Amino acid sequence: MDLKGKKVILHDMCLRDGMHAKREQISIDQMVKVATALDEAGVPYVQVTHGAGLGGNSLQHGFAPHSNEDYISTVAARMKQAKVSVLLIPGLGTMRELQSAYDCGARSVHVATHCTEADTSPQHIAFARKLGMDTTGFLMMAHLNDPAGVAQQGKLMESYGAQTVYVTDSAGYMLPADVIARVQALRDVLKPETEIGFHGHHNLGMGIANSIAAIEAGATRIDGSVGGLGAGAGNTPLEVFAAVCERMGIDTGVDLFKLMDMAEEIIVPMMEHVVRVDRESLTLGFAGVYSTFLLHSKRAAERFGVPARDILVELGRKKMIGGQEDMIMDTAMTMARERGLLQHVAA
Amino acid sequence: MKKIRCALIGSGNIGTDLIYKIQRSPVLEPVWMVGIDPASEGLARAREMGLKTTADGVDGLLPHVLEDNIQIAFDATSAYVHAENSRKLNELGVMMIDLTPAAIGPLCVPPVNLRQHADQLSQGRSQDGSAPSGGSERSERGGLLAQMNVNMISCAGQATIPIVSAVSSIQSVAYAEIVASLASKSVGPGTRANLDEFTYTTSGAIEKVGGARKGKALAIINPAEPPMIMRNTISCLTDDAPDQARITASILQMIKEVQKYVPGYRLVNGPVYDANKVQVFMEVAGLGDYLPKYAGNLDIMTAAATRTAEMFAEEILAGRITLRAVEPA
Repeated sequence: MDLKGKKVILHDMCLRDGMHAKREQISIDQMVKVATALDEAGVPYVQVTHGAGLGGNSLQHGFAPHSNEDYISTVAARMKQAKVSVLLIPGLGTMRELQSAYDCGARSVHVATHCTEADTSPQHIAFARKLGMDTTGFLMMAHLNDPAGVAQQGKLMESYGAQTVYVTDSAGYMLPADVIARVQALRDVLKPETEIGFHGHHNLGMGIANSIAAIEAGATRIDGSVGGLGAGAGNTPLEVFAAVCERMGIDTGVDLFKLMDMAEEIIVPMMEHVVRVDRESLTLGFAGVYSTFLLHSKRAAERFGVPARDILVELGRKKMIGGQEDMIMDTAMTMARERGLLQHVAA
Repeated sequence: MKKIRCALIGSGNIGTDLIYKIQRSPVLEPVWMVGIDPASEGLARAREMGLKTTADGVDGLLPHVLEDNIQIAFDATSAYVHAENSRKLNELGVMMIDLTPAAIGPLCVPPVNLRQHADQLSQGRSQDGSAPSGGSERSERGGLLAQMNVNMISCAGQATIPIVSAVSSIQSVAYAEIVASLASKSVGPGTRANLDEFTYTTSGAIEKVGGARKGKALAIINPAEPPMIMRNTISCLTDDAPDQARITASILQMIKEVQKYVPGYRLVNGPVYDANKVQVFMEVAGLGDYLPKYAGNLDIMTAAATRTAEMFAEEILAGRITLRAVEPA
């Protein structure tokens, strides 16, 4: 398909999804450095929060060294053109936290639910619109709902006020045909002015191909992260995607070389581990498991002596979804007990 | 034996399940069910089970309260209509058991503080344990109102606060965090549309009833088929190094207490200790009365509400409590 001249809005995830890859430990200075480089390169949206979004600071998801408010207000004050966005998962984050993020300068929000639970988001989407924020309904783990189901859930989010609906491949499980089917199904039912977005993970190495497929099917917004800094094998690497877009004549409005420099000089040196497709992140993509489970499973594996791959496969079998990080340790302990590695405490 | 006659407001899943639990009670009798939709399945079932019904909301019940001697009402509607329901029924001397997140009255988790609520009502004391200040009619009314209405917090609160309390009764807890995973099919439209209220009410109750200085509640709705049984993970950060033996014993004892009214309340893993962190992994299977067994989240609410009503009923029957009408403001 000829996509020449098509306009696509890029949304960088380094400072939100990338928090997962850094065990939520990104300093304010690093945030500013990354965000100003993105702003300089013309990226229009920069997401900045704890990896699990507003309300994310918890034993469940880890504590970042600073509050979301500190991150957002420091970054927002430095942006020349980019808008700061946040993630809000109802059940974790609340409207109070959204108000506070807005007060600190956030102007765009991904309101995220599991792909079958859109009806937990009406108050948050409506409130974001009331604040005048650029408001996205973000359907996570979208491979776990069929195209008609995704369309119906997207329609609900649109009815609450979402201006964009995302197909979110949180597990990096989808193949281009899966993406096309879901984006098309959304395009068929949503109002023409409602935009469609795609958020990929690179666990099967499909981040770029899936994002292009999404654009072919009608998506106009793409999430990625420079250098792929994100959960699992990372998000769609934004500089690579920008290069592909340039070759195809898709208009992203970003400065490719600046993004390439940034990946090399800022992002890669920040990484604690090389974010890439390896045995465990490939398992996520292959088994359809939430990408954020990666580091948690590695920690549980170390503690209880059950291989991370076994834990991840079991979590996939039990259909655990985003936010159920507690079930990683629980599953590891149950498996360790079954393998005679752990005693039960209770009588 | 004489029973205290009850009304159920809200003819949805919770209200219907409550009929079964109240019918089994030695001290409670379900008499009325109140709905707003004449065609509702819940009202039809209630009639089949011998209850009187009205589809005119609480106003349809009010004319019958005195002649039918209704003394306790369960409200399973929504936080937004509860205040009005409660006011109208309290004025007729009916005590409210509130299953919505409205939380007008004191918060109740039976094994943690039910006894305390009943004692306060019988002694005419207000919620915080202080004697009502004789001079101020207003505060007396506020005190009585608080006791004529107890709130059941939320399913997650009922499932997790006993554990937080079991830890905080041994040593001080700086922070407690609970994660409740619920089967999608067990989460009704009211909770879905008002998830923030659920979060606020539960987080507050972890502090007020659980005894943690700071509380945080997280809810996850999982659509897996077959539906997953309700799971809860409770994490507490103690101020000093945890006394593992005593805390573990306290938790196991508390689980036994909850099992008295929710037999499917089960420890899956833990307690696990990691520096000052204590973690407990629980499962709640329901009784399967009207709601399926996986809906332990709903079952623990109806079971706790029934247990709470029974305690008050026993006090009323023994003559230790006299319910008095709350004067209109």
